[in-house]
Amino acid sequence: MGSNAPTLRVEDLKTHFFTKAGVVKAVDNVSFSVDRAQILGLVGESGSGKTVTGFSILGLVDAPGRVVGGRIEFNGEDIANADEGRMQTLRGNRIAMIFQDPMMTLNPVLRVETQMMETVLAHQKVDRKTARQRARDALGQVGIPSPDERLAAYPHQFSGGMRQRVAIAIALLNDPDLIIADEPTTALDVTIQAQILFEAQKLCRERGTAMIWITHDLAVIAGLADKVCVMYAGRIVEAGAIDEVLDHPVHPYTRGLIGSVPSRNRRGVPLYQIPGMTPALLNLPPGCAFRERCPQADGACMAEPGLSVPFDGRAVRCFHPHLEAGA
Amino acid sequence: MSVFVIRRLMQSIAVVAVMSFIVFFGIHIVGDPVDMLINPEADQADIEAAMHALGLDRPAHEQYWYFLVNAFKGDLGRSFIFGEPALQLIVQRMPATLELAFAALFLSVLIGIPLGVYSGLHPDTLASKTIMSGSILGFSLPTFWVGLMMIMVFAVILGWLPSTGRGETVPLFGIPVSFLTLDGLSHLLMPAVNLALFKMSLVTRLARAGTREVVHQDYIKFARAKGLSPRRVVLVHVLKNIMIPVVTVIGLEFGGLIAFSVVTESVFAWPGMGKLIIESIQNLDRPVIVAYLMITVLMFVTINLVVDVLYSVLDPRVRLQDIRA
Ligand SMILES: Nc1ncnc2c1ncn2[C@@H]1O[C@H](COP(=O)(O)OP(=O)(O)OP(=O)(O)O)[C@@H](O)[C@H]1O
Ligand code: SF4
Ligand SMILES: [Mg+2]
Repeated sequence: MGSNAPTLRVEDLKTHFFTKAGVVKAVDNVSFSVDRAQILGLVGESGSGKTVTGFSILGLVDAPGRVVGGRIEFNGEDIANADEGRMQTLRGNRIAMIFQDPMMTLNPVLRVETQMMETVLAHQKVDRKTARQRARDALGQVGIPSPDERLAAYPHQFSGGMRQRVAIAIALLNDPDLIIADEPTTALDVTIQAQILFEAQKLCRERGTAMIWITHDLAVIAGLADKVCVMYAGRIVEAGAIDEVLDHPVHPYTRGLIGSVPSRNRRGVPLYQIPGMTPALLNLPPGCAFRERCPQADGACMAEPGLSVPFDGRAVRCFHPHLEAGA
Repeated sequence: MSVFVIRRLMQSIAVVAVMSFIVFFGIHIVGDPVDMLINPEADQADIEAAMHALGLDRPAHEQYWYFLVNAFKGDLGRSFIFGEPALQLIVQRMPATLELAFAALFLSVLIGIPLGVYSGLHPDTLASKTIMSGSILGFSLPTFWVGLMMIMVFAVILGWLPSTGRGETVPLFGIPVSFLTLDGLSHLLMPAVNLALFKMSLVTRLARAGTREVVHQDYIKFARAKGLSPRRVVLVHVLKNIMIPVVTVIGLEFGGLIAFSVVTESVFAWPGMGKLIIESIQNLDRPVIVAYLMITVLMFVTINLVVDVLYSVLDPRVRLQDIRA
């Protein structure tokens, strides 16, 4: 674990689905890195490949999908080609993931206790009593009242928000180096959402946990993440430090995303909506994938734009980036 | 929970009452036992005397009433043929049938669930396709024909297994059973497999369908994301979920197993209720038929009740609803 190596470094990751209708390039040449105690926001519309990116890191892409290229380095170790046994020891232990839909994440016929304890027992040589203790502590940590009683309950006895907290507690159990949080707060109301964001940040700072925070809502990660990758149709279209990207977005898509977020500074100005929909990834036509919806599109965009060479951590995939004077 | 059980119990009693009515009058329509029982040369006076002795000269509703009153006392009439209480005849043969049915149930679960889970996990392999084709055969081949073929191959040609009877029995809690002696077990094997074949196919298909559905659920992926071994994912997370439909259907089908055993018992001369009922139907031995049907109804109803309770034990979501009910 070299102190300089980032916790996670993903390079040119390609995850494709080989469906009967054709190849779906759900993740195409995605690169990013996350350091210790750093939070990376992964932002994009529905279907842009955020969840598939997360599953790829964990080695959990199921047929007909497959990681077809790229490197995934975790604490300096290449895990894109690691065997299943090695991945099993990392999953839930060094790399934890919180799933998108809290209603579907927990097994309906097993007690919360069972589902938490098995996570500890799978990775640590402790007795059941200690495992239960850890489970209880983790529940308390995410703010579930009377955790001792709740341990014996079944998932259906929890509300959606409470279930998501249980899932978060499970992710914390083995004190992982990396947490992939897939829209963990979408199901929660605003107060609880703020509380969880605060907890996440604290955890990250205190324990040095690296985090990938997946969301389609830029506003959520504005005060949370250190840096951000904006994904569109399986590719990163803009990346950089969070403040940089929010204050000076240069890709037309990012600009559209920011325009669609209500802001105090632009009160009274109608919200901008990106016209059109995410393109179907199946047999994506050549050229820029955003072309159909882009106000800046011209003939040049019939070719495929590359990701610019990062400058100061900043990169963009566009022929006509919006470069303001002084930006 | 107890409210739920009491309500189900009342429903069960209603079902038994209705069935007693249908069974009793249904059997009256089917045929007149006097024709079979009485010497064709007997004169009218003899016939009337016989009918009077059997209570058959009373009006139907009165007969039904007596039947109900006596049924409550545990008396379902005497067999016209054996002259013994019908209930006793049936109860004597019940252990043999139940043993056969349980053995078949055991086999179908023990073999059907692993086959189904395996083929659900690997649906495209050759082994899985073979299992599925096999289950279609198990569904569609007639039980009696398979039974005869088994006798032909394993008893007549190979001479490995005996073809008829229960073999040596030993008492277990006062009930004679075959499966505790080697000889009894060798007698039990073929009929049990024969009877199990249909259920085994059913269980295999249910387990396969359940597995295929469950493995794509988020909670299975989450279980894998927690770093659990594939073994634990399948044996705990998948299996516990597919057991809900499997147990329900197995339970409900257990009655069917007893009904189907009529065929198997006839083929293998297994001395159970099924063989008795076939003989009684041939002889129009009305009290035995009625007693058999009533006992079967009672068994079905009890099984349903047990399944409902079991179901709520397996599925915590059902439990909660019952408390609210
Ligand atoms: N099993 C699959 N078969 C074929 N294509 C798939 C499969 N799973 C995912 N995809 C494709 O991968 C793309 C990316 O999906 P992904 O779930 O990563 O999106 P997402 O960014 O997480 O969206 P959301 O915000 O809705 O969760 C989708 O457009 C979908 O077409
Ligand atoms: S490359 Fe062209 S179409 Fe694509 S985002 Fe930039 S301007 Fe728009
Ligand atoms: Mg997603």
